[in-house]
Order: sequence, then structure tokens, then C-alpha cells
Amino acid sequence: MSDPVQTATKRQKRGVPEGLWLKCPGCQATVFRKTAEERLNVCPECDHHFYVSAKERILQVLDEGTFEEWDANLRPADPLEFSDKRPYVEKLKSEQKRTGLNDAAVTGTGMIRARRVAFGVTDSAFFMGSMGSVVGERLTRLVEQATARQLPLIIISGSGGGARMHEGILSLMQMAKVSAALARFSETGGLYISVLTNPTMGGVAASFASLGDVVFAEPRALVGFAGPRTIKATLKIELPKGFQTSEFLLEHGFIDRIVTREKLKSEIARTIDYCGK
Amino acid sequence: MEVPGPGFEFEEPIYELQCKLHEYEEQPEKTPEVEDAIRRTRREIADLTEQIYANLSPWQTVQVARHKNRPHTVDYVSLAFDEFVELHGDKHFGDDSAIRTGFAKLDQHKVMVVGHEKGRTYKEKSACFFGCAHPEGYRKAMGKMRMAAKFGLPIVCLIDTPGAYPGIGAEERGQAQVIAENMYEMSRLGTPIICIVIGEGGSGGALGIGVGDRVAILQNSYYSVISPEGCAGIIWKSHEFASKAADALRFTSSHLKELGIVDDVISEPLGGAHRDPHRMASSVKMYLMKTLNELRSSPIDDLLQQRYDKFRRMGVFLEDTAELDVAE
Ligand SMILES: [Zn+2]
Repeated sequence: MSDPVQTATKRQKRGVPEGLWLKCPGCQATVFRKTAEERLNVCPECDHHFYVSAKERILQVLDEGTFEEWDANLRPADPLEFSDKRPYVEKLKSEQKRTGLNDAAVTGTGMIRARRVAFGVTDSAFFMGSMGSVVGERLTRLVEQATARQLPLIIISGSGGGARMHEGILSLMQMAKVSAALARFSETGGLYISVLTNPTMGGVAASFASLGDVVFAEPRALVGFAGPRTIKATLKIELPKGFQTSEFLLEHGFIDRIVTREKLKSEIARTIDYCGK
Repeated sequence: MEVPGPGFEFEEPIYELQCKLHEYEEQPEKTPEVEDAIRRTRREIADLTEQIYANLSPWQTVQVARHKNRPHTVDYVSLAFDEFVELHGDKHFGDDSAIRTGFAKLDQHKVMVVGHEKGRTYKEKSACFFGCAHPEGYRKAMGKMRMAAKFGLPIVCLIDTPGAYPGIGAEERGQAQVIAENMYEMSRLGTPIICIVIGEGGSGGALGIGVGDRVAILQNSYYSVISPEGCAGIIWKSHEFASKAADALRFTSSHLKELGIVDDVISEPLGGAHRDPHRMASSVKMYLMKTLNELRSSPIDDLLQQRYDKFRRMGVFLEDTAELDVAE
């Protein structure tokens, strides 16, 4: 058996690690897991925002027991019969088993402080939160439902993967599909609040995540188009400190507010009160 | 006259025949035997070229799409259009030469052309980052397209990019934001839009000028979520597997047609567009004329609805009709 802190550090990339203790990548402190959980998975020492699964996010943001899932019956297919070292279908199965999700987005409706909303969230643990046909279709249907029912729309993005490579060009086209639905939603006067979490990259950043009327970001989230490794490899230089963080985006004028997880729910409710119907 | 070298390894046999032909042609004395050999070799070249180009692998297709002599936006602008009045700048930050925009005439049609440009000389290439646009390029494209819609000009987008530029300035100036906004705006722009992938359709960088009423692709172009090298790097940790990645990604014109991503595939001259840019340009012109006539005859509201529906249909997934069982 390995030391729990060690294991925790190793598994950090994919979320709050199992075990009693976890090591914070923000301040390197060893934090009691329960304490972090009580603070919505935020480090008590440095306010580092740990990963939150789609399911936890629903619990954190929506009023208790109000979430009703839509389009849960959609499932990923394998149109390209994509296979590298392991076939895509097998990888899908193991991701489904590991996360309890059947794809990277969960959508539906619920209440935020008694305000009804259309709500979507992507989980960066499922294929890095990448967008394939199911994610694109669920989000598009969500936007269309929000349009038909005149609901404020909230989408919380977490995606290190952008468009999902394993579904090829079909994944890329989901960017256009969701964006077109959002344009129609906007024409009817709908309010869309986009919340960026760590990480929001590639084709997800370059589509629905950037199209909010109001864009919030959690502190110190990695947000951008090209991955830092790609940029580093292309330019062969060190990247400036804080590059592609929420704070960097705020400074360059691409997000409206940095919102801590603790305040997220009330900030969303307040924005709905300003703009919603 | 000199025989241009083989572009690729797979063109080696064609090149050998071309050298042989050249030798015959240079002979001062054209005996009936020589005349005969010339005729025979020409036929052999045509047959072989046809045979090779009919059986290109996806990776070979990528190489053709990147061929140094493949016609670019600037070539189509001069070969297919009657006039081009370039319009520069995004009125915000700068003028990105990786995307060219301007008024153009196509017989009786006045249009707005928006196209990626990779450059031909080293100087041109580095000025436009090999066709990788920055946010100001996408913003310029959007600005000109908005103007086109205002004045009722149809839009022709020529897509040819390895991808949007991955750099510090590009991120600082909102690469993700501009690509998202362009798709969003193009989906509801009240004028006909025709997009043609003339070379490389590199991911979000291509899609940033890729939403339209018709999306067509030249036979040996490709359109992909990721470059074959990028895909190989992720999966096999090495660019050397690009050919394997190219097979897996299903991004050639025939795959794209099957998957419902493109509406039309425009045939290339024998042996690829680079062998006969004039003929290629005239095919592109014919396609544009035919499509413009079609699109201009529909009311704009119908076009917008069809444009929406076209992208709305894209995607392949399973939908259980039963009560549903969540991931087991
Ligand atoms: Zn910490």
C-alpha cells in the first residue's frame, strides 16, 4: 500500500484524490480531505479550487432535489471505428465505469435559489471533458429547450480536451452546432451565463464556453485555445507566469468576473435577477 | 524547359516517366520511332497518374493538400474571379495576412471573398505564419462578412489552414473568443455563404470561417479535428505515426461526404490541383456560379433555417427509446 498523500498527489489531475489527506497543488500543503469538501472542494489554506464532478456541481449550484435530467438516454457511438492502442468503444466503457457518467456532459433543469434554469455541466474527468456528438447534442437540446421554455441558461464548462479526437470531424462540427443554437437563443432575448472552470480549453473554449452574455471563471482556472504545451513546443520559449489563467483572461478583457465557488450560486442568482425574465 | 521534381515519394514513378519523355522531346531528330515513343510515354504518364491519384492513402492526400504548388486563395482570386479589391484590417488591432478579404466579381455576381493564405515565398510564409491566423484575422473576416451582409453581397470562404495560430499574442487577444463568435455570427448572417476547403481544413482555425449554406471540398483536400501529426503525437507520442493517424481520422473528401459534413466534392484535374491550377480554378468558378444562382433564388429566411438545420443534423450518437438505464 502506498502512502495516502502520495497516492493523492498522483491522482490529483483527475480530481479530488481519494484518501483522508490530499496535497494541494496550489500551496503544497497537506489538507484534510473532509475540510476541503466542506468548503466545496476548495483548499482552506490557499483557496485553490480542486476538481468537482458534474454530480457534485449539481449539488453545489442547484437547490436541493430540484434537478431533473434531460436526454440521459443519449449514448456515444463510434462512427469512425476509432482505434489506437485500444478501441474507442472500450475506452468509453472504462470511462463510463470510472465516472458513473455515460458521456462528459450532464444537462437538465433545476432551480437556483428558486429561479428555474436550464442547466448544463461538463465533467473534465470523462475523456478530459471533451466534446463529441453526445456532448454537442445534449448541449444543443438544452439550448433549444431554454429557448422554447424561456429559461435562463447556465453552462459550467470543464474541458481539457476541447473537441474529442476519437469522433473526428463530427466532434469539430459540434462547436458550430451549439454556437448556432446559442445565437438563436440570444435572438429571443435569452440570458446565458457561462462559467469557466479548470481547465476550459480548445474547442470548448472556442465555442459555447466563450459565448455567454455573462462569463464567470473560477479563480486560477486554465482557460485558452491552444494548450500550453503546444504553444511551448511551437515557440520554443518559456510561457509567462499566470499565462492562460482566469486572472490573465480578466486582465485581457475576456471574462466578466472571477467568482469563487462559494459565491457562484448567489452570483448566478443575482445575474438572473438583473437580466432574466 | 526543366522537368519539375517529384513532389512526393509516391510520384517518383511519374517523375521517371516525365524525365524519359523529356529526353525524347529534346532529341533533335524526330524520327517516327521517337514520335511514337513520345506518344506512348505521354499515355503511360496519364494512366499512371490516374492510377496513383485514384488510390491515394489519407496520408498521401494530406501531402497533396499541402503541396507547395497547390493553388492558394491568392491564386483563385486571380484565376477564378474577374476582379479582386482587397480590404485590409480588423479596425481594432491589425491586418493579418493569413486571412485575405475583399470584394470580388464572378461574372455578374459581386461577392465578398474571405480566404486563408499560406504564402508562397519564405517571406510571405513567415509574414502570415504559414496560413495560421491570429484573432485579428478572424475579426477582420467577421467585419467584412458583416459588411457583405449589410450590402447584400454573398460570401465565398476559401479554407486553407493548418490551424489557428498557437501563440502568446493569439491567446492574449482572444483566439478562442473570436472563433466562437465567428461561428455564432455566421450561423445567422443574412446573406448566402459558400465555404470551400481548398487545401487544409485545420480544426477550429478552419471552422472560424467555415459556417455556411454550402460547404464543399476539393477532392484532395482534408478537413479534420486535429492534424495527423498532432493526433499521432497524442496517441503514439511521435509524429512518425502521422500516416496511421490519418487513416484513423477519416478526414478525406469521400469520408466527409459520407459523414454529411460536406455537401459537395469538387473534382481536381488529373494528378491534383497543383498540376493544373487554371483548370482547378475554372472548376471552382463553375461550382460557385451554379451554387450562387441556386442560393440567390431562395428567400433569406429559408436559407437561414436550412443553414441551421444542416449543422443541427451533424453528429452520430445512440438514443435509447426504452426507459433508459444509466451507465452500468
Ligand atoms: Zn492550497
